[in-house]
Amino acid sequence: MAGTALLGRLTWQLAELVEVVVETPVVKTLVFDVPGWPGHRAGQHVDVRLTAEDSYQAERSYSIASAPDSTRVALTIQRLEDGEVSPYLTDELRPGDKIELRGPIGGYFVWEPSEGGPLMLVAGGSGIVPLMAMIRTRAAAGNDTETRLLYSARSEDDLIYRDELEALSGNGLTVAYTLTDLQPPGWTSYARRVDAEMLAEVAPRPAEQPRFFTCGPTPFVEAVAEALVRLGHEPRAIKTERFGPTGG
Amino acid sequence: MAFVSRGFRGRRAADVDPARVPPGQYVTADFPVLSAGPTPHTSLELWDFSIIGELEEPRRWTWEEFRALPSEEITRDIHCVTKWSKLDTVWQGVSVDTLLAGIETSAEYVTQYSDGGYTTNLPLEDITAGKAWVVFAYEGEPLAPEHGGPARMLVPHHYFWKSAKWVRGLRLQSTDEPGFRETNGYHNHGDPWQEQRYSGD
Amino acid sequence: MDELMLDGNAVAGLLQEVFAVEMTTAVGTCASCGAAGPIGAVHVYRGAGIVLRCPHCDNVLAKIVKSDSRVWIDSTGILTLEVSV
Repeated sequence: MAGTALLGRLTWQLAELVEVVVETPVVKTLVFDVPGWPGHRAGQHVDVRLTAEDSYQAERSYSIASAPDSTRVALTIQRLEDGEVSPYLTDELRPGDKIELRGPIGGYFVWEPSEGGPLMLVAGGSGIVPLMAMIRTRAAAGNDTETRLLYSARSEDDLIYRDELEALSGNGLTVAYTLTDLQPPGWTSYARRVDAEMLAEVAPRPAEQPRFFTCGPTPFVEAVAEALVRLGHEPRAIKTERFGPTGG
Repeated sequence: MAFVSRGFRGRRAADVDPARVPPGQYVTADFPVLSAGPTPHTSLELWDFSIIGELEEPRRWTWEEFRALPSEEITRDIHCVTKWSKLDTVWQGVSVDTLLAGIETSAEYVTQYSDGGYTTNLPLEDITAGKAWVVFAYEGEPLAPEHGGPARMLVPHHYFWKSAKWVRGLRLQSTDEPGFRETNGYHNHGDPWQEQRYSGD
Repeated sequence: MDELMLDGNAVAGLLQEVFAVEMTTAVGTCASCGAAGPIGAVHVYRGAGIVLRCPHCDNVLAKIVKSDSRVWIDSTGILTLEVSV
């Protein structure tokens, strides 16, 4: 989209943490104020850079979780036990602290309401984050594009944004969950890894020409993309964002 | 300098003897997996290791033949150009001197070549006289595919990109032929103690 | 399938830093098999430097190495590149 192509080199800038939202015992949403933020599109990410006193640096990419909202940018971060950056962000940062970030980045794994649908979003674990940005952007725009979300997590405790997804359901948005490891008593929804059979039940049919966005750990994304192609969906209509072996 | 994040240290080992750490490196207890392409999975039935190029008769070992060669335990520090160093890594492997024993060659250079197409170059004298091995085990276990198994090169006195994973042979050459990384930005020699990371360093 | 493999959008920041435009929607053709597709969909491997590979034939499309002051790009595996500006 020529008019929205970003021109110019990306530069690092300081963002201030203004709010922390605890989503689960290991997931927090950090809301930053980024001076001069030009706005962003759902699905884009930022690069975050941390520098130690001896100049050691570590850099990571995090999907933007929020719909565009002035200079506010929300990142939902899962604390990885062996992580180098995520434990610092979730354990050490306090409101008022600053970090370096650059963005918004990305043009491929992006959805705007004007692009229409039907839209099928398939999330594995923390892969829900950029897809939630799409759902939030859709809601903020009052858009009613037919949108389906299939969200896979290990257990109910691992689900993020549950209440909000509940509240946004309807008006063209349907949400289905699958809990792969542990289900609560009385669970009637899916209880296994995403497979072709599940996708065939949940996704629009190929004839409807849906647009797919799938995000999560690399093996998850790989399995979903393969299954969708086997179900007859057009490979070019399937956009993937792999998070690597650990999912972020 | 960039903005310093209060309290950020990263996952680096403390209490390290600085004399063991080349300039610009940080010691880690992890073993990061870095790659240039998909992990090859060559079955041991099809695997072989060859010495080719400027020698009278190319040599070739099957996996059984290779494993029947005298091998040794090697403990060395390794240094990756991406700035992590790992101290006292323990390997099991066959010395390159064993593989080259009795070979007469006028070659001064060697190219390591691997499954998947990766190559890396060195002067021949940098992999002889006890400086290099073809290793098949790490910390007592068979070398995992993502770490270069069934066998990889171990050339600890150069940055670790010069220890080819999934190595299948050595090509002896009279001319130096920059390899996969050396042709695009990485230093042709790659001595960590002189911080020879990039072309022109 | 390789667990370490990422999509082109994983290096979108690096590419934008280097080319000064958003590159993941640029369409490239593979010099080996001729397949065309967006850079955001290529396979990315991170090692010493970044390697971009064709998602159809695994051919190396490009190698990108960045030091503090310089970037080296070998893009001989990309036959053509079409960028929106």
